[in-house]
Amino acid sequence: MWIYDKKLEYPIKISRPDPKMASVIITQYGGPDGEMAASLRYLSQRFSMITPQAKATLLDIGTEELAHLEMVGAMVQQLTKNATIEEIEKGGFAPYYVDHGKGVYAASASGVPFTAAYFQSKGDPRTDLFENLAAEQKARSTYEYLLNLADDPDVIQPLKFLREREIVHFQRFGEALRYVQEYLENKKRFSYNKTRS
Amino acid sequence: MICVNRDELLKVITALDFFAIDLQLYLNTHPTDREAIQKYNTVVKRTNELREQFHKSFGMLTPNTTSDYPWQWIEDPWPWERNFNFELAGECNVDL
Repeated sequence: MWIYDKKLEYPIKISRPDPKMASVIITQYGGPDGEMAASLRYLSQRFSMITPQAKATLLDIGTEELAHLEMVGAMVQQLTKNATIEEIEKGGFAPYYVDHGKGVYAASASGVPFTAAYFQSKGDPRTDLFENLAAEQKARSTYEYLLNLADDPDVIQPLKFLREREIVHFQRFGEALRYVQEYLENKKRFSYNKTRS
Repeated sequence: MICVNRDELLKVITALDFFAIDLQLYLNTHPTDREAIQKYNTVVKRTNELREQFHKSFGMLTPNTTSDYPWQWIEDPWPWERNFNFELAGECNVDL
């Protein structure tokens, strides 16, 4: 289970409305390499994971991704809250606006609604951890593309924080994979000896 | 460390919590790093003290803590709202 902490993992305090930026940042909410896909991927995979180290890694990173999802949602909300209709039209936010107003909806920057097809839970510990390594890299690239488009320090700071977390998670998944590999190797060796004797 | 106002106190709690989150991820794959466990324990103890201080002065930070009358959990603002959050720049630094 989870217990809510009434604060963000990293503060979001954006002063200037920027619907154009909101229309691309939304992709880290409900897009193919977004935080929702990340969180649901890890939290689903943990049920069939092996080794205590890898199980804990999936649970805790999956949980941290929920906090990141909240940060991204807060960014979209604050970037659009005080935007005028003129700013919405000029910023290219009108297509999103007619579908969702200023609500936060899980979709990609190109408007595709969130789908579980963005991630796998393959029931094979090695396969799942390899997917996660790729997922963290894809999310890092996405944050870098978003940083290329951002010009407001209030937006840049949290995007940089989120980008850095992808790198740390990649590192931890790599370590978890080594525990899983080692465990499976040992198991193979022991069962081999057993059939021989 | 003197953190008198809400934003400064929240900033230090946020920083220490992040320290703990990051150490926790590290310890999951380095469970025999004694020094890191010690650091983790120090951070968690300090955060708990500051959380208690925050709770006394500014209300509920998490469920399963006591509430004054009327029910404090529903108090505005909420974390996703701009005015909930603190400015990153400020005087109060994290000090264990």
